[in-house]
Amino acid sequence: MSVPLATLPLPELAEGIRERRFTPTALVEDVAEALAAVEAGPEPLNLFVSFDLERAFARALEVEADLSAGKPLPPLAGIPAAVKDNLCTVDFPTTCGSRVLAGYTSPYEATAVLRLREAGAIVLGKTNLDEFAMGSSTEHSAYGPTRNPWDRSRVAGGSSGGSAAAVAAGVVPLALGSDTGGSVRQPAAFCGVVGIRPTWGRVSRYGLVAFASSLDQVGTFGRTVYESAYLLQTVAGRDPLDATSADLPVPNAAVNLGEGLEGTTIGVPGEYFPDGMDPRVRTLCRAAIRRLEELGAEVREVSLPHTAYAVPAYAVLAVAEASSNLARFDGVRFGAPAPGAGSVAEVWERTRALFGAEAKRRILLGTYVLSAGHRDEHHARAARVRALVALDFRWVFDSGVDAVFTPTTPTPAFRLGEVTDPYEVYRSDAFTVGPALAGLPALSLPLGLADGLPVGGQLVGRAWGEPEIVRVAHALEASLAAAPLAAPPAPAAG
Amino acid sequence: MAVTPEEVRRLAALARLPLDDAGVAAMVGELGSILEHVRTLARADGADAALAATPHGGAPPLRPDTFGADLLHRTPDMLAPAWRDGHFVVPRLPELDPGAPRPEGETP
Repeated sequence: MSVPLATLPLPELAEGIRERRFTPTALVEDVAEALAAVEAGPEPLNLFVSFDLERAFARALEVEADLSAGKPLPPLAGIPAAVKDNLCTVDFPTTCGSRVLAGYTSPYEATAVLRLREAGAIVLGKTNLDEFAMGSSTEHSAYGPTRNPWDRSRVAGGSSGGSAAAVAAGVVPLALGSDTGGSVRQPAAFCGVVGIRPTWGRVSRYGLVAFASSLDQVGTFGRTVYESAYLLQTVAGRDPLDATSADLPVPNAAVNLGEGLEGTTIGVPGEYFPDGMDPRVRTLCRAAIRRLEELGAEVREVSLPHTAYAVPAYAVLAVAEASSNLARFDGVRFGAPAPGAGSVAEVWERTRALFGAEAKRRILLGTYVLSAGHRDEHHARAARVRALVALDFRWVFDSGVDAVFTPTTPTPAFRLGEVTDPYEVYRSDAFTVGPALAGLPALSLPLGLADGLPVGGQLVGRAWGEPEIVRVAHALEASLAAAPLAAPPAPAAG
Repeated sequence: MAVTPEEVRRLAALARLPLDDAGVAAMVGELGSILEHVRTLARADGADAALAATPHGGAPPLRPDTFGADLLHRTPDMLAPAWRDGHFVVPRLPELDPGAPRPEGETP
């Protein structure tokens, strides 16, 4: 076969299975080949913490049997997908990229995973991530770093690096991730795929292992805007098991797609184009802005004056919530037990010693900003700044702006081991934490290549405004298709 | 104000994280560096701003104060690998079948 099936557009994949042009088993075979190819050699991508091809083949046969029996197939029947390893599954371990949860298998499924399976998708495995989703490079995983399919000496981004790289490498067409301060959009930008962080509350967080609950959202990866939006539509919606999930209708992913941008106002905040930013990113973003104008949009300069405070506010709020959420990993409630420990205190200590350096740093910092004497100086102040950041966006949208356009990241993917300063880790999310603090929907789509590395552009919408940013992104994507991104380089011979 | 080694040890005790002296020394520098950046928040004039507990403002959504089945509650049969007639299904103990052959090397 000249073209691997898994690289076909999602509608063609679904239709091909239904019309028996190929079988789900053939699709899984292609996926197995693609996976073997990218994991071979001295620099494997290291996409998955766990996967099970036998189970995938068995599920593919079930879909074929249903098809033969004339049963109605769900929309994603037989389509392979990947799930970030901080979403609970009953048939794969859920490690969160941590030794603390090594071998742990949840007794229940995350709602997003359940909905993905109910839609017929075949979950191939659990993708690599920074430990407990804390990081921006997937280097902070106990199971080794995930490499960037475009340049294996570089990071895939994070924390959902495994999911982004799996889609970019053509192993799966769809993948789920989670985004706390940029963990879907930043790796999507680094890997040249489309990542959507929905409005906080759009997707149930039930079964998503909590890092910072007021920021965490399940997000989606696809090769195109439509595919990522379709996956979002599949997993979104009210869930009685998550009180923070919104009881609102789920928008159709295809609604308004193909419409022009006449009458659409795009805001471009100067604060997201600071002096000294990577000129390659600036150039591609400026080109995309011109393209938006050519498509009929009105582009307006806007100001988000508290942008500079978003990263430090995020740094405080996220670690505070993390220190609280990660307290449960004590070897008693959750976490690797400590056989032979002489006391409960020893169990706690031995289990929590298994946290990696980044997790320990964030837990300690979170404990500091919540401790007596520091709470008002740090946590309360950060919570107020969060409100100011959200107000900035509200004023912009209230002024008639339909979507805000920014770069997704200040730079293309950096080299493995390049970022060692603990605060630099946060700076990589400088353009993604603001919308996260405000709880707004945002997506990253590829704009082009800079020295062979993908660069992403971010569109931010009003709360519950996913259809609007998907519509704008789809139009921009179609316009950029005249000069599309190439496929990532083929893996080096093993 | 820098973070002191004593403060890091106190935080580690509060967080139940074991840290050796080298770990404490590393954290003193790393936490101090991050907190230097965090202190820039003082420049934001947020004194009159509301505390944002959730991204959409206001109070977090709460469940109604009513008694009833907890949606998150899982009964044993929902968690058991195998379940029949109100009991867990487990492998039969060899002691219950004294005549049955035992795995090699195992003494009764």
